[in-house]
Amino acid sequence: MKKIDLTMPEVEVRETRLGSITSFQGSAGELVKCSGHGRIQGKKRTFSQCIDCSISKAACMVTLIQDAAVICHGPVGCASCLHEFAFTYRVNAPLRNVAHPTQRRIFSTNIGEEETVYGGGDKLAETIRDVYKRTQAKAIFVLSTCAAAIIGDDIESVTNELESELGIPIIAIFCEGFRSKVWTSGFDAGYHGIARKLIKPAKTHKQDVINVINFWGSDVFTQWFAAFGVKPNYITPYSTVESLSHSSEAAATIQACPTLGSYLGAALEQEFGVPEIKTPPPYGVLQTDRWFRELGRILGKSEIAEQIIAEKKATYLPQLEKIRARLEGKLAYVTAGAAHGHALLSVLRELGLKAVGAAIFHHDPIYDSNTQKADALAQTVRDYGDIPNYNVCDKQEFELVNMLHHLQPDVLLARHGGMTLWGAKFGIPSLLIGDEHFSMGYEGLIRYGKRLIEVIENDEFVKNLAKHTANPYTNWWLEQEPYTFLKGKK
Amino acid sequence: MAGKMIEQERYTCAIGALQSVVAIPKALPILHSGPGCGMMVRGFFERSTGYAGGSTSPCTNFSESEVVFGGIDKLRKIITNSYKILNSDLQVILTGCTAGIVGDDIDSLANEFREIGRPIVTVETAGFKNNNFVAHGDVVNAIIDQYTNKFIDENPVRSEKRTVNLFASIPYQDQFWKGNLRTYKHLLEQLGFKVHILFGPESAGVTEWQQIPRANFNVLVSPWYGQSIVEHLKNIYGQPFFKFPHIPIGANETEKFLYTLLSFAEENDTPLDYKKAKLFIKHESAAYYEELDNLATFLLEFRYGLPNYVHIIHDAGYVVGLAKFLLHETGIVPKEQFIVDNTPEKFQQDIRTDLKGISTKKNVPLLFEPDAGKVQNIIRDITYDGRGLLIGSGWDKELSKEKHFDFLSASVPSPYRLVLCTGYAGFHGGLRVMEDIFNTVLASYR
Repeated sequence: MKKIDLTMPEVEVRETRLGSITSFQGSAGELVKCSGHGRIQGKKRTFSQCIDCSISKAACMVTLIQDAAVICHGPVGCASCLHEFAFTYRVNAPLRNVAHPTQRRIFSTNIGEEETVYGGGDKLAETIRDVYKRTQAKAIFVLSTCAAAIIGDDIESVTNELESELGIPIIAIFCEGFRSKVWTSGFDAGYHGIARKLIKPAKTHKQDVINVINFWGSDVFTQWFAAFGVKPNYITPYSTVESLSHSSEAAATIQACPTLGSYLGAALEQEFGVPEIKTPPPYGVLQTDRWFRELGRILGKSEIAEQIIAEKKATYLPQLEKIRARLEGKLAYVTAGAAHGHALLSVLRELGLKAVGAAIFHHDPIYDSNTQKADALAQTVRDYGDIPNYNVCDKQEFELVNMLHHLQPDVLLARHGGMTLWGAKFGIPSLLIGDEHFSMGYEGLIRYGKRLIEVIENDEFVKNLAKHTANPYTNWWLEQEPYTFLKGKK
Repeated sequence: MAGKMIEQERYTCAIGALQSVVAIPKALPILHSGPGCGMMVRGFFERSTGYAGGSTSPCTNFSESEVVFGGIDKLRKIITNSYKILNSDLQVILTGCTAGIVGDDIDSLANEFREIGRPIVTVETAGFKNNNFVAHGDVVNAIIDQYTNKFIDENPVRSEKRTVNLFASIPYQDQFWKGNLRTYKHLLEQLGFKVHILFGPESAGVTEWQQIPRANFNVLVSPWYGQSIVEHLKNIYGQPFFKFPHIPIGANETEKFLYTLLSFAEENDTPLDYKKAKLFIKHESAAYYEELDNLATFLLEFRYGLPNYVHIIHDAGYVVGLAKFLLHETGIVPKEQFIVDNTPEKFQQDIRTDLKGISTKKNVPLLFEPDAGKVQNIIRDITYDGRGLLIGSGWDKELSKEKHFDFLSASVPSPYRLVLCTGYAGFHGGLRVMEDIFNTVLASYR
């Protein structure tokens, strides 16, 4: 099976497609070395806590398309966190110049015991018709769930039939939770659906458009690209079904987060001929230099890149020095998804902090672009040195708690919800920045550095919380070494 | 619970009842489910981690190998290690769709742990079987059968004549649960009862659960959810139950709730100082009306516009409770009302009758419809003169904007409103509803 095969309804999960793992103990350098030499074997845990679902990862990419509707084919619970994306869409709309954000259209087929016995295909078909009638959506995405998958509903056939009947794209996305322990497989599943059914082969080529695969962060790229005479085509939040279909016409694709966009970036290059900028995103001075140079090279405008680099550095590097002086030597611990975790590790070390460890949710030994050039972990190790206590850990809170207890860092940097609480419970200043563009580029380092100083200096709240908070973890556990249950011995 | 499609869901599936475990002090939910169930539930309720919910809850995170070969061995390891890693007084294993379809025998596994004295309970909460309104009852009944019952010797049935077990707001599904439960407990204590409130910070935790049999009778404040609990307790312990079918909000309904409860207590030989209890109700009512007197001038004379009619999209207990309160105690007239809790058909007639009793002069149209997207379309097409108020969940904010309604967020999901321990039940709850509505109105003047 090819890694990217748009004739297939499903994309393989990351474990099998990329050899991704969700457990590792050691240093970042060791992991990089292993990744370069064939498959790495993740160890099993004999204790585990709630992780996450591919559904919400697929859903966040398709729910935020302006004129699409989303159906979760399963019990009502499998769509229950998706209201969060309706909130996101509304709240971040001004960042993307969407003046009148419309209600997100999110449905559940609400299957019950009867469907688990007799199948839910008919109900799905009926729901698709009703949803189309109610929403007049330009495309309808159907997300699969554990229950629908186990009972064997043929979602692909149903969606294809309804597509012919209704005359709009009806896209099955196979993202049921049990298929993958790497929940970012859900991003790939969503993008696979978009690539196989929405993106059309290019009829024209637009030299002034660059695809940006990202979340819903602030629009930093319009300004950056303007100097090159190009503009961003954001994929997929705030895009439209029509704009997505033209993604094949862009001059290049960049990714704000390779964990997110690995699959689509590669699919656009391999299947639609849009070159992908493979160097990791611009986090840290050295990588920002490289990123602008690569952008200039691919656009044939290297002199503009050099000019931007020189101008921005003249403005921001003196400020950076001042910030470094205040952060120098502070100890940081990072917990985040893979690519953004790597980005944070670059950013914090550029700012003069020391990384004492990290709990990173998974590890992709290689991305779909199949080149070592895209390896952001290798890049941060090369640029800033090795990182001890580098734990690949799929949001296993018990390991994080144990680590924080042992390492007692000065600050905890997190990207995903639920983790900062544990910094705070130990009285450790904790920072979560949701906007992945916040710390990008030279100016991003200044923004992030200032925020970090503020967080570290104003620790009264976390110190007070630590005095009073409940801790369900046993003293025994806190005194064990953090990987006790990774070895499978206990 | 096979039903039609749902847009904008206002409740979740059965495993959402893990929040009822989270609400018991020092109880630990253990999920035998797919990897996403816990986060779906956490995402639905938000700010709902409690002692050991959210990312703390142990979970088997079903993968393909458990779907094919079953997940019992994995669950055994996880439970064993849970005891090493987490402190808890009670463990409740909840199953998801994966375990439900695969058919893992979790009860036999739980027995292995019970035999060595572990307080562990199992309950089937496959999402395709039920929703969380129903599963809340299943969780409570499972704890009673598999945990409470073990302590029956020290807790003789109906041995405390003044004690009641109270079942009302479902933790987290009712975002005002903490405040409401605190209110019920306070009011009943002032009448002379001892109250097992069972959930939240006012509960004494597992010892209170052990003492459930001691209660003389049970109190249910709910139109339908939770009724399976009091019926079960009637069957196993012979405890009768008193049911008040909607949330008592404001003076009229709170007085009615407390007076009818006192009558029920008297019929069941509860040794209370009834005279003193009634004086307490009178006192609370007088204090309430002092506020309403102050407010009345504002309600009658405010010249810049107040809402004069309301649509409510909520569960049955709130729709009826709020509608009665708003009509009689604020003068806001309930127009079409929408119950989105998937009320089982056998309870619907009683709820209709209850709402009919709102006034001899009015007939308030009522629709049972869990598909809230459909409900919104109905509201879109209704127009009345004057200023409208919409009480619903975060989903309804955009509709309110579209229809120029004042909007009060009062149900889950609740992305636009934080609720800590605010309650809407009781005398004070009514006053709080007024504050919330009229502060929203006043905030529209800039």
